[in-house]
Amino acid sequence: MTTTQPLLGAPTARLEAREKVTGAARYATDHPTDRTAYAWPVPATVVRGEITSIDTTAALADPAVLAVLTHQNAPRLHETDDPNLAVLQSPHVAHRGQFVALAVATSLESARAAAEAIRVTYRTEPHDVVLTPDHPGLYKPDEVNAGLPTDREHGDFDTAYANAPVRIDAVYETPALHNHPLEPHAATALWDGDDLTVYDSNQDSSGVQRTLAQLFGLANGKVHVVNEHVGGGFGAKGTARPPVVLAAMAARTVRRPVKLALPRNQLAAVTGYRAPTIQRIRIGADPEGHIEALAHEAITQSSTITEFVEQAAAPSRTMYNAPHSRSTHRVAQLDVPTPSWMRAPGECPGMFALESAMDELALACGVDPIELRTRNEPAVEPDSGLPFSSRHLVECLREGACRFGWHDRDARIGGRREGRLLIGSGVAASTFPALVMPSQAEAHAAADGSYEVRVSASDIGTGARTVLTQIAADTLGVPLDSVRVRVGSSDLPPASVAGGSSGTASWGWPVHKACTELRQRLAERGYAVPEQGITVAADIAQDIDEREDLARHAFGAQFAEVQVDPATGETRVRRLLGVFAAGRILNSRTARSQFIGGMTMGLGMALLEGSTMDPAFGDYAERDLAAYHVAACADVPEIDVHWIEEEDPHLNPMGSKGIGEIGIVGTAAAIANAVHHATGVRVRALPIHPDVLVARLADQPGPP
Amino acid sequence: MGAMTAVTLDINGERFSRELDNRTTLLDLLREHAHLSGAKKGCDHGQCGACTVLLDGHRVNSCLLLAVAMDGTEITTIEGLAEGDTLHPLQQAFVDHDAFQCGFCTPGQICSAVGAIAEARAGWPSAVTAEDAPEGPVELTVPEVRERMSGNLCRCGAYVNIVSAVREVAR
Repeated sequence: MTTTQPLLGAPTARLEAREKVTGAARYATDHPTDRTAYAWPVPATVVRGEITSIDTTAALADPAVLAVLTHQNAPRLHETDDPNLAVLQSPHVAHRGQFVALAVATSLESARAAAEAIRVTYRTEPHDVVLTPDHPGLYKPDEVNAGLPTDREHGDFDTAYANAPVRIDAVYETPALHNHPLEPHAATALWDGDDLTVYDSNQDSSGVQRTLAQLFGLANGKVHVVNEHVGGGFGAKGTARPPVVLAAMAARTVRRPVKLALPRNQLAAVTGYRAPTIQRIRIGADPEGHIEALAHEAITQSSTITEFVEQAAAPSRTMYNAPHSRSTHRVAQLDVPTPSWMRAPGECPGMFALESAMDELALACGVDPIELRTRNEPAVEPDSGLPFSSRHLVECLREGACRFGWHDRDARIGGRREGRLLIGSGVAASTFPALVMPSQAEAHAAADGSYEVRVSASDIGTGARTVLTQIAADTLGVPLDSVRVRVGSSDLPPASVAGGSSGTASWGWPVHKACTELRQRLAERGYAVPEQGITVAADIAQDIDEREDLARHAFGAQFAEVQVDPATGETRVRRLLGVFAAGRILNSRTARSQFIGGMTMGLGMALLEGSTMDPAFGDYAERDLAAYHVAACADVPEIDVHWIEEEDPHLNPMGSKGIGEIGIVGTAAAIANAVHHATGVRVRALPIHPDVLVARLADQPGPP
Repeated sequence: MGAMTAVTLDINGERFSRELDNRTTLLDLLREHAHLSGAKKGCDHGQCGACTVLLDGHRVNSCLLLAVAMDGTEITTIEGLAEGDTLHPLQQAFVDHDAFQCGFCTPGQICSAVGAIAEARAGWPSAVTAEDAPEGPVELTVPEVRERMSGNLCRCGAYVNIVSAVREVAR
């Protein structure tokens, strides 16, 4: 029972790779069903008001149409803690795009036509959809996303800031950003008596199971959620979303399997998004750049349905030493769709602001940006006062500087030209908490010498299935191919969401624990396995509680080189480099892809992505992939990724930190800082669109 | 119920005949009638490329084509690329270069790459091909691959690896 190759850290290819390149991998609406019906939702065409009538006559005239569900006839749902899921339960409309009806037919074509033929009339009310820094509805929430405190204060910020020789005071804005996973939210729902099976595109089969059970008044065991392959999520599929609820309601009504794949142009309104932020940062420092006072005050929005508060000021509580500090969040609940998680909520927009401000401070002090960050490296986590379990930000910055050739650059603003192009480079730090959530797993040794490990993990493209197999085989001390890891079903031992970069830690830990005990029990028996096999179950809830209080975070440094065409205002990224310290890297191949993927999305955030609120229409104007620009192949340069070998015994048995989100944190700031270096234009509101830059360049003194 | 029309086409070397609602797209024919779920519906509007298949050897967005107009055509989907257990060189290159994460855009990316390589070999220029480039096959440089593969979005951000995979096969 020995292996020669180390399994942890190996560049093992994704175990489902073959299925994915041959089209055999089945996603939510790829499962064959008999007598399939198709559902097509109808979004509200007003922003705020009440449905006064719904005329379904024309829709029902087509014999292929099986039903039209509305708030008048849809099955009643039980309440959950997410009121966004109370679909078709009331005539009230809280935002444009909220579902008001559902057409169900024996063909996709008839369902779509029926949805378009449904006539809904409304009594409308005035709406309020625009977030402003002085919005009268802004208030202090009880807490912000991830259960973090709303405000934190240390020392006397106001006095320290007023007395500081160097002061930065700037407002940074990030627009609403939409996740737009390539697979739209989709579900196939089947009822068998009181048993509900859904093939659903989500990041948490256990969580969606519990939610559906609650909504339909069923025991958890009656609901089976399968998410074997998920076409991306980036947070938008972290909890149950309305489509799966509609599919289950429709299937119960028409007594057939129902497929519902959300049309792309309906996604933006009902599946969550990153809320826009307005962030004021003030830094007071001495002339050498040592920070005396730091305030990070974030304003954001939520819907009138639920309060979700993007924790944008949170990273300022971790990043830099600041004896006098303040971080606050205020939110206004508007008549807008409900925001939710999008890759690195909090850190992603928050670090755009903080790392842009650090660049401004570096320039104001005449200190190199890397040296400035090094000078403000804290001994303990500034807000909590806790020691870091490990922190290698400075090492990432230094390693990156060497690899990027940072110190060879001409630090002067606008100092480098190639023809008419202005060239610049920028740096920013990355951070993301190393989280872990309670999960369970089982390990089974079969009489034939094979092993099966069960955990209701969700592999949304992260490589979870593969890395869990590596962890299991490594722990058992057996070859990779003798272990089968089953994930992607709520029928497996309950596990946590594929979110918060916590999957590998949360699922790998109980897998490790179960396999460790199984190996021990096998050894005690001289490796004789009875015919029925041996099964060991593990739960890490208590192990998590017993951990020492420490500040656990991953860190990184990102470097960008850009070119700006002053004639058109077009920015192109020429190269990106990321160096990360994220504990032990368990699969070098999939980890590299995750980092690159995050940085690619960060590039999109910097230059392309952004949803625009139309005050009259009352919703975001960008509703599909032609209007909402995600990075395409031609936008993305060579991206170089490295990591520091980081030994951290305070995390989990594997020594890993999450890597799914940190890649997007800091990219936009590195690019914006590079644009400033190239042009002298400081863009504090993303994205850096050509029209913004060309106008600002025209206002610059002197050439070009 | 919409008006119906009979259509016969060749899908991955097999004859497929069906009476179809005239509103049916080629993508929905493949997914809902031929039960070939490899081609994916990412946007249904020709914006994402996840539904890319080969129509008489050329890459197309199958969500933008009406099935009844496809009578007599030859369609190759992702399911038709491998030779038995042997993957198509592009499928193998995508595995080797980890050119995907969630895998949802992958069937479209691979079909699109098959089409793109054929187009370059046939001398079709792209937006980045030099105006004075000689007649004949276009070399698939990194900028050429990036340009030619830009009709296929990947939200996981696997472009860097997709470019390596396509370049390896194009060489």
